[in-house]
Amino acid sequence: MAEETKKFMYINRKAPYGTIYAWEALEVVLIGAAFEQDVSVAFMDDGVYQLAKGQDTSGIGMKNFSPTYAALGDFEITKIYVEKESLEERGLTLDDLQHLVWEDEDEDWAEKDSIRLVSRAELGDVLAGQDVLFNF
Amino acid sequence: MSSIEANGKTYETDEEGYLADLNTWDKDVAAVMANIDDCELTDSHWEVINFLREYYEEYQIAPAVRVLTKAIGKKLGKDKGNSKYLYELFPYGPAKQACKYAGLPKPTGCV
Repeated sequence: MAEETKKFMYINRKAPYGTIYAWEALEVVLIGAAFEQDVSVAFMDDGVYQLAKGQDTSGIGMKNFSPTYAALGDFEITKIYVEKESLEERGLTLDDLQHLVWEDEDEDWAEKDSIRLVSRAELGDVLAGQDVLFNF
Repeated sequence: MSSIEANGKTYETDEEGYLADLNTWDKDVAAVMANIDDCELTDSHWEVINFLREYYEEYQIAPAVRVLTKAIGKKLGKDKGNSKYLYELFPYGPAKQACKYAGLPKPTGCV
């Protein structure tokens, strides 16, 4: 019996530190990836800060887990949506975020961009097309 | 808190035998951990252990077994990037067992 593949979307809305949401979400995403579902991840509101380059947590005594986002491609998570309005409202552009890629094994490990910049309306359409939403 | 001894040094571990602090890791403790499991570390084992340590250094997580298999295949060749090869080296489960010897925490996604 073939197992049913569902579309899972994890929505990240909070700043990376100060609460445990961002790290917990990332762990859940990585664990969920082991079940070979169709996984997408979205970053909106203060959640866009999770992908910011050059994070330094030495002053707050927390582990800097931002390098782990670069492993998402290895876990075959290749659809990472970033909401355009959330970036703009915070004076950020894609250049302020990590450049996340995944490697396509079928094309001799060619690197492909994982991040898709979408408007609020486009993200709404993406969310509407999912089977399961996790909101962090 | 449990601990193991290697070469006169004491290393703290959790109940499952994973190192409490990955910075205390060295090759001696890896070999002793393997001996406890009746496993002798060969160059092939070290290849995987060293790979895991580099992976953790870069991404701050231990890879799940599926990710490990794929990444080993890319780095060390297709003949090694399969679960048969990795399970022969690490019969208790390549991610779990190799991560333990590498001093890493239990891989994310391992129940």
